[in-house]
Amino acid sequence: MEDLLEILRDLHPEVDFESCETLIDDKILDSFDIVSIIAEVNDQFEVTISAEHIIPENFNSARALYELIQRLEDED
Amino acid sequence: MLFTSYEFLGFILILFVLYYLIPTKFQWPLLLAASYVFYFLADPFYLIYILTTTVTVYFLGCRIERYREEQSGYLKDHKEELSREEKKAYKSGIKKRQWRLLLLGLLINLGILAVVKYTNFAIANVNFVLHCFGSSREFGLVDLVLPMGISFYTFQALGYIIDVYRGTVKAQKNPFQFALFVSFFPQLVQGPISRYQDLSETLFGGHKFHAETVCFGLERILWGFFKKLVIADRILVGVNTIVRNPEEYGGAYVLAGMLFYALELYADFTGGIDITIGVAQVLGITVTENFNRPYFSKSIKEYWRRWHITMGTWFTDYIFYPISVCKPMLKFSRFAREHFGEAIGKRMPVYLSSFAVWLATGIWHGASWNFVVWGLGNWVVIMISQELEPLYKKFHEWAGRRFGREIGENVLFRCFQVIRTILLMSVLRTFDCYRDVPLTFRMLGSAVRGGNWQIFWDGSLLGLGLDMADYGILAAGLVLLLVVSLLQRSGSVREKIARRPYPVRFMIWYGLFLAVLLMGAYGIGYDASQFIYNQF
Repeated sequence: MEDLLEILRDLHPEVDFESCETLIDDKILDSFDIVSIIAEVNDQFEVTISAEHIIPENFNSARALYELIQRLEDED
Repeated sequence: MLFTSYEFLGFILILFVLYYLIPTKFQWPLLLAASYVFYFLADPFYLIYILTTTVTVYFLGCRIERYREEQSGYLKDHKEELSREEKKAYKSGIKKRQWRLLLLGLLINLGILAVVKYTNFAIANVNFVLHCFGSSREFGLVDLVLPMGISFYTFQALGYIIDVYRGTVKAQKNPFQFALFVSFFPQLVQGPISRYQDLSETLFGGHKFHAETVCFGLERILWGFFKKLVIADRILVGVNTIVRNPEEYGGAYVLAGMLFYALELYADFTGGIDITIGVAQVLGITVTENFNRPYFSKSIKEYWRRWHITMGTWFTDYIFYPISVCKPMLKFSRFAREHFGEAIGKRMPVYLSSFAVWLATGIWHGASWNFVVWGLGNWVVIMISQELEPLYKKFHEWAGRRFGREIGENVLFRCFQVIRTILLMSVLRTFDCYRDVPLTFRMLGSAVRGGNWQIFWDGSLLGLGLDMADYGILAAGLVLLLVVSLLQRSGSVREKIARRPYPVRFMIWYGLFLAVLLMGAYGIGYDASQFIYNQF
């Protein structure tokens, strides 16, 4: 989780990713941010987040994104 | 049948009455019949196209879904005996079969769209290239019918089949309900491009007559007519005079034309969408909003999140993301990071995918180089502003220290940002207006040189086919648009009206009705113009 938070903080140091649960709903992350995050996550966690996983429920919070990564790791 | 025709008014009136008289279980079949009648009346030949899209996407969607059901059944039945690797291989096999079906659906339907919309554009370009190489050979243009709203219903149907493939929606098993989803008539003219999961929530269910909902829908329709007939069709005369006579109307006229067109396009497109959403609302159906006060945007990126929202999200979800996070793109990004540095490598997926999106957006809007340049112009501006973001941040920090407060909260600065965005968008939209790209650049150059700024105060603008009364009505209309937009910031204007006593409500409705009746751009021999987005 700490690795993921680091990726997110690099992108938006001003956001409290540990508590925010409306990253997409409140437009804190835009489409460009999401692509950057996916590129970093795919590299660091060795999972494949594809376009079909890009839905608000998976990106609204760091926790939700982390759970997605864990699900994908389990599938692999 | 134009939205702004007596036939359409008669059509929806009969439909509204019938809709609430029949048992609720027959409402959606009635809508299907009405949608096909609407399309048939536009041109019986159009039906071939919409039926092809409906039938192909329906069957392919069902087959993709059946593969998914087979997969879950097989995995459940063989849960114990299959190893992890075997399960993975089985799933991958199913995914491949589903992908082939999706690809077939995309090829058929994008193929139809490409043929009817872009054949002549391709022929004209081939002829131009042949001419450049000194060949005297020339291919003749073909006479193809462009079915009404084909880009909208094709994209809506393709969005559905991609969602079925991704598993985000279940395939619709009822072919007639699916046909209604594709052909729902209020959306056929100019969108919005609805998602199946949104529209299906209210499209197929029964709806009892609910006075407030019907009233809200009718108000929305009336507001749409006001925007279209009183504002858009009136200012259209001025826009046409300027852009159709470029030799005569250069310099400051180009700037005037840009601003007129900004108002015309807004009133035309949002007015049409108001009528669409209003008609659907009277029927108890919720259609996704397509605008969120776009002219209050502080940047082009924000503008595109608030203008033609359903198209923007369609391109983001079905083109931008699939390209930017696909394996080859991520590999290329890694390669670029290793060879050209971290900064360039990281940007590659975003920049290349958004290039594809804006190229597609341009081509989607029309088969001409004007739209290609317009689309890529948007891409260039967005990329530049993306690159300048660190500079903006530094400026905001500096201004914050200098003035003791965040400059973004300053009303004057926000006004500056809004005006800058409107002007930038207006400059880009000039490519919509003039007949070709070189002429557009010439006219933009002429606007920069100016030289005849006095036209804004010496009465020259009265020579564009608009008299003082027209400008008076346009000014009043513009003020009303602004007031309504400002009121929308604190919630629905119609709900605010509904809280007023009946005499006040009646005065508002009657006033708006009279305005449409008396100030609409009619007259002897006048035919309300086609909606601009109808041709897309």
